[in-house]
Amino acid sequence: MGWLDVFRSEKKSSAQTAKERLQLVVAHRRSSGGDQPEYFPQLQQDLLNVLRKYIEVGDDAVQMEIEREGDLEVLELNITLPESRH
Amino acid sequence: MAKIIVVTSGKGGVGKTTTSASFAAGLAMRGHKTVVIDFDVGLRNLDLIMGCERRVVFDFVNVINGEANLKQALIRDKRVDNLYILAASQTRDKDALTQEGVERTLNKLSEDFDYIICDSPAGIETGAIMAMYYADEALVVTNPEVSSVRDSDRVLGMLSSKTKRAQDGGEGVKEHLVVTRYAPGRVGKGEMLSLEDIGDILAIPLLGVVPESETVLNASNAGSPVVLEQEADAGGAYFDMVARFLGEERPMRFTQAKKGFFDRLMGR
Repeated sequence: MGWLDVFRSEKKSSAQTAKERLQLVVAHRRSSGGDQPEYFPQLQQDLLNVLRKYIEVGDDAVQMEIEREGDLEVLELNITLPESRH
Repeated sequence: MAKIIVVTSGKGGVGKTTTSASFAAGLAMRGHKTVVIDFDVGLRNLDLIMGCERRVVFDFVNVINGEANLKQALIRDKRVDNLYILAASQTRDKDALTQEGVERTLNKLSEDFDYIICDSPAGIETGAIMAMYYADEALVVTNPEVSSVRDSDRVLGMLSSKTKRAQDGGEGVKEHLVVTRYAPGRVGKGEMLSLEDIGDILAIPLLGVVPESETVLNASNAGSPVVLEQEADAGGAYFDMVARFLGEERPMRFTQAKKGFFDRLMGR
């Protein structure tokens, strides 16, 4: 590296670093649903327990999301079944 | 019917009370009958910022408990017509605010006033939720600094889930971004988050920018809302903000660094 590169090197500004870090934490909060109803974690656990009466599933088998459109709320439920053994 | 506006932020020390005082005073200066309520029970400060600390006899909690009526508790501002203050209690704790009591008081004030400004306490507990619960609109006060921006995002989540408007399922609380303590010079050097950065992250419309300014501390020392000094930078910024809120077009000021001698010499 020549001495001139010291002036050319594009070091990321601290504001840029701050922005990137914030975008990550904010995206995480929004996706993990800071706005979930309070019963969500319990419901998720209960659904897992019911499933486990019949099949073996992992802890992340039940994915739930609430979508709001106007005054309509949709509870989206995704259950991943284990690969079946033929 | 009054419009209820909460001034909130999550993080403490970002300028909620300063903004509440100046926004309320600005609305009153524009001829709207306005009351500003301190929801920070136990740590009241709005009275000091508004310079009426020696005139507080009854407070918000007294009104809720029926120990005083609103007429006794409302303090009329001596400088600005149409401006009233309802102080928080200094001795009680925040559980003294009951949802039913807050609703009753707001309904009563709503008969007489055009605007009710709710100065929220910091944090996300009872007091903060009480302050935002009945709001029609929200001013989210944010400093260009990581912890403040993150807390503002958290508060936005609460506005869209824990308020009456959110729970009624109709039109939600209208959110406005207010950036305070902005230092354009430092933004230019890449040392501070810019308005664009904050806007990208929080994704709500910008209502106003208040520059970092010594006039804010001077005004709070004197107990006078900074908006009363319209020639000063911060005062002018708050007055513009009120005008924008009332639907007028005002270009954002104080968002560019002042040019130094060297910059001008170089034609920058």
